[in-house]
Amino acid sequence: MTATADPTTLEIGKARTRKEDARLITGRTKYTDSITPHGTLHLSVVRSPLAHATITGIDKSAAEAAPGVIGVYTAADLGVEAVGLPCAWPITPDQKAPQRPLLASKTVHFAGEGVAVVVARTVAEARDAADLVEIDYDPLEPVLDMEAAIAPGATLVHPELETNESATWVFDAGAAGTGGSVDEAIAAAEADPDSIVLKRRFIQQRLIPAFMEPRSAVCDPSGEQITLWAATQVPHILRTMTTVTLGVPESKLRVIAPDVGGGFGGKIGVLPEEMLTVVLAQKLGKPIKWTETRSESLLAAHHGRDQIQDITITAKKDGTVTGLDVHLLADMGAYLGLVGPGVPILGAFMFNAIYKFPAYKFTCTNVFTTKTLTDAYRGAGRPEATFAVERIMDELAVELGRDPMELRQQNWIKHEEFPFTTVVGLTYDTGNYEQATDQAMEMFDYAGLRREQEERRKNNDPVQLGIGISTFTEMCGLAPSRVLGSLAYGAGGWEAASIRMLATGKVEVITGASAHGQGHETAFSQIVADQLGVPFEDVEILHGDTQISPKGLDTYGSRSLAVGGIAIVKAAEKVIAKAKKLAAHLLEASEDDIEFSGGNFTVRGTDKGKAIQELAFAAFMAHDYPEDMEPSLDSDAVYDPENFSYPHGTHLAAIEIDTETGHVNLRKYVCVDDIGNVVNPLIVEGQVHGGLAQGIAQALFEEANYDDQGTLVNGTFVDYTLPSAADLPSFDTATVPNPAAATSNPLGVKGVGEAGTIASTPAIVNGVIDALRHLGVTNVEMPCTSQRVWRAIQDAKGNATQETPIDTHSPGAGLGSIDPNNPQGETE
Amino acid sequence: MIPSKFDYVKPASVADAITALQQGGDDAKILAGGQSLIPVLRLRLAAPSVIIDLGGIAELRGIREDGDHIVIGAMTPYHDIIRDDLVKQHVALLAQATATVADNQVRHRGTLGGSLAHADPAGDLGAVALALEAELVIAGASGSRTVTAKDFFVDYFTTALGEGEILTEIRFPKYTGWGSHYEKFNRTAQAWSMCAVAVAVKVDGGTISEARVGLTNMGTTPIRAAGVEAALVGQSASADAIRAAAEHATEGTAAPSDADAAADYREHLAKVLTGRAVLAAAG
Ligand SMILES: Cc1cc2nc3c(=O)[nH]c(=O)nc-3n(C[C@H](O)[C@H](O)[C@H](O)COP(=O)(O)OP(=O)(O)OC[C@H]3O[C@@H](n4cnc5c(N)ncnc54)[C@H](O)[C@@H]3O)c2cc1C
Repeated sequence: MTATADPTTLEIGKARTRKEDARLITGRTKYTDSITPHGTLHLSVVRSPLAHATITGIDKSAAEAAPGVIGVYTAADLGVEAVGLPCAWPITPDQKAPQRPLLASKTVHFAGEGVAVVVARTVAEARDAADLVEIDYDPLEPVLDMEAAIAPGATLVHPELETNESATWVFDAGAAGTGGSVDEAIAAAEADPDSIVLKRRFIQQRLIPAFMEPRSAVCDPSGEQITLWAATQVPHILRTMTTVTLGVPESKLRVIAPDVGGGFGGKIGVLPEEMLTVVLAQKLGKPIKWTETRSESLLAAHHGRDQIQDITITAKKDGTVTGLDVHLLADMGAYLGLVGPGVPILGAFMFNAIYKFPAYKFTCTNVFTTKTLTDAYRGAGRPEATFAVERIMDELAVELGRDPMELRQQNWIKHEEFPFTTVVGLTYDTGNYEQATDQAMEMFDYAGLRREQEERRKNNDPVQLGIGISTFTEMCGLAPSRVLGSLAYGAGGWEAASIRMLATGKVEVITGASAHGQGHETAFSQIVADQLGVPFEDVEILHGDTQISPKGLDTYGSRSLAVGGIAIVKAAEKVIAKAKKLAAHLLEASEDDIEFSGGNFTVRGTDKGKAIQELAFAAFMAHDYPEDMEPSLDSDAVYDPENFSYPHGTHLAAIEIDTETGHVNLRKYVCVDDIGNVVNPLIVEGQVHGGLAQGIAQALFEEANYDDQGTLVNGTFVDYTLPSAADLPSFDTATVPNPAAATSNPLGVKGVGEAGTIASTPAIVNGVIDALRHLGVTNVEMPCTSQRVWRAIQDAKGNATQETPIDTHSPGAGLGSIDPNNPQGETE
Repeated sequence: MIPSKFDYVKPASVADAITALQQGGDDAKILAGGQSLIPVLRLRLAAPSVIIDLGGIAELRGIREDGDHIVIGAMTPYHDIIRDDLVKQHVALLAQATATVADNQVRHRGTLGGSLAHADPAGDLGAVALALEAELVIAGASGSRTVTAKDFFVDYFTTALGEGEILTEIRFPKYTGWGSHYEKFNRTAQAWSMCAVAVAVKVDGGTISEARVGLTNMGTTPIRAAGVEAALVGQSASADAIRAAAEHATEGTAAPSDADAAADYREHLAKVLTGRAVLAAAG
């Protein structure tokens, strides 16, 4: 007897613990670095310590003579000087995209750029020899400040481009016909005594994705297909791009992403090191492995955010918003990443957020500097947009003397107005901002906390209370291929799935989504269990290997469920259609009379039936099946949605500030998200908690900074201050009881992977400023460290203090007070 | 972690360790809990030729009572110190400060001797040893000597330990019945101190009769806030008196400026935190 699932207990909605956790938590799994084919040689990269310099000489002799060294290679030695890494997002036809080499040949453009590689028998030998490669540099002026970089006469990062501006991308709702002209809105507001115009500048500091598993690649050149294991979010894209970059035919490449320890966008690229393992494996005929150290990761793996945002909002004095103008400068770093130039553009459609702005314009200039590349980082463009709009809504409320939540309510899209086409032309299919907000306000005790705030202000309490609001939405489930095409994105957005019904009734599901910590195996199994009526345990999710899963577009942009999960549903529907046909044949009934429920195909009005497992076996035996059918239930599907999904939610933060020290304490954080139907509440909670931690980290803890020479000053986890659980309260998270199910997909699901990160940053900063506003503080830059907060209070009091230094090497550096650049603490 | 190549020895006695140190010469390094040395090696900021692991020397580990002193072996890990009844009773400040060091993992490995020998001005235990007038026992080829904490801390990462010498134990006078508190301020919850204040006070009938105050990360060594101590003695343990005394906290300091805090902010913190620490200790 084969078990079928009990149809009364659906898997979807169950808080199942994750299948994959046992192997991940106990370490009984394989990450890329644990894969060492016989005879593997190890690669170490010699990186430039300087941000901008001409290479005047390379002496490899000492390294070549070192124990275990097979060879030391420059780009010229490998014949790859002409090879450039791909950028797949030409945001404008005239975008300037300097070729990013595998190794710098003449000039280095950021500190951390590779100049040579050492191949040796052991990792330690490779690392030792890398220290022996002598490279002479002639320093050039670093280019560090975006505004200075685009001013006339600036030092050029790539002189051949004759500018540091990569591209300027504009969306003007007036011109696009999706809304009004913002220039007119501003002019009208300026002329109208009953309107106001408010301008603010916000800075999105540079962040480091800081995934747990460092990046790694292993290439084995033996066999008909070259195998490349990589700690990547995008095995399929990596395969295609390896072909594009190196010319190895796609059919000769197999890319495997084994278990991958986090990515957050940081593993979305195509890396010089990945390409170098392929080049060297082919050259030497041996497997080559590269695994970065943590310091290399912080230095050279792509960074995120780094924008200057100039925002102008116009509104009637009654609070009705009339226009939003957005001017961005976005730091690309030294070259364009795979999708780097498009990251700020993804934000273009989200600055208007949940509000009914009638007029809107977005202008973004992408700028080159001599810093590490920036590219996707959790939220990619949308956190930046959400931050700016949620901050300026608070500023507007203050300016108009209104409660910030009430002002938002006045301007947001009412639940009865959905579907709603926004000023950028996107159609939000569903949403209910009232529901999420009401629930959040109640959980938070908004009124009670406002009273306490009033009290503390009145008593001049040294600990002041602030309330931070963020009512966010985002567009995710990155797909509509046609929409991506209209943005000149270099790929589609569909996702592929296959279902194999095995002879014994077990199910193998192949997905093109590539999990790196999200719990796909669990959530997708739940979906399939319901779709096919088989036990959860009987479903196996296979992914991340182009031989097993030949087709896919991988995992980013909260797309795995809303796109990849739906592809699985579509494949399951085809399995059922085939099974129905086979069942009708075997049960000698008409197909129209076959009913499917809970894994059983029955003849209407009889007790005759076949379980799906019996049909899988019958198809395998193929002794008896219809003439017009192949003996197989296996099915493939490719799904390309027609719209994004638009999760939303209301996030509230209670912030305590010790005004004597400037210390910020996040006392309470409540969020109520509407992410449509929930497949697994436990996984959702995990995604939200992790997302919140990352968003809060931007607000309070993290920043990657460079000194005036262009050297990264936060090169270890002591200076790059990631928060730990000890820095955060226990979050009060919830999803709404009656979600506004997405209408764009059959499961009614929306993405949740980035929601917490997108929403939380402005909630925190709004709370910090709300706590201090009555003291005269109007802004605190991120991260709102105790020092910055203290200085803001002193400034507001008119007390002059020093500047907050951001570019000093910290005593710290993983080492208490040891400055890695000056370990003995010598004074100059 | 891939440090440069080194030899490794694990002697079983202090004498053997000293011999190994002598043989190793200039380039020999002692390994205690490794919580500072291993990161230094990992980032290749040091490349010793030989590592002498003190982990096999039983006599360096443990806490005992010796008349009016509590004696702690250099290799005693933080974890043991925090939980030790003798320490809690007689040198409570040490237990309090040690409990603020890093996280559980680090506290299982890091040692009191390693922390003091490392002499990082951002380390938490130097200020405690200094304020509590601990004595440090140092063994070398020619025998053993004792130096006061005041003489032990010489400069940034520099102590009175000479070449070929090992810190073997730390002797704390008993502060039985004193009130104490370690007030630590950092950027993230489990990080080094941006600034911290170690306080022990003896309060008799509401009046502070004796005070010991040490500052962390306010100079190139731990600093004794003698001005605060002097201002406290004879005062009532009231908030106003304590705050006034705390204004002396920056006397004799040379606060560093770094990415966490510029000097002026550190100086401000030192005063605020001193007031809080004394209030808590006296309360
Ligand atoms: C993540 C992290 C966070 C930390 N946070 C803090 C913090 O908040 N506060 C804090 O105070 N510290 C902190 N530390 C540092 C920690 O306290 C170290 O353990 C301490 O500084 C060194 O002690 P150890 O036993 O590990 O010594 P080791 O690292 O083994 O040695 C340190 C140095 O002292 C020398 N040495 C060690 N023992 C002796 C001896 N008996 N005689 C002579 N020389 C010796 C060694 O040769 C070496 O130079 C942190 C460390 C880490 C890794």
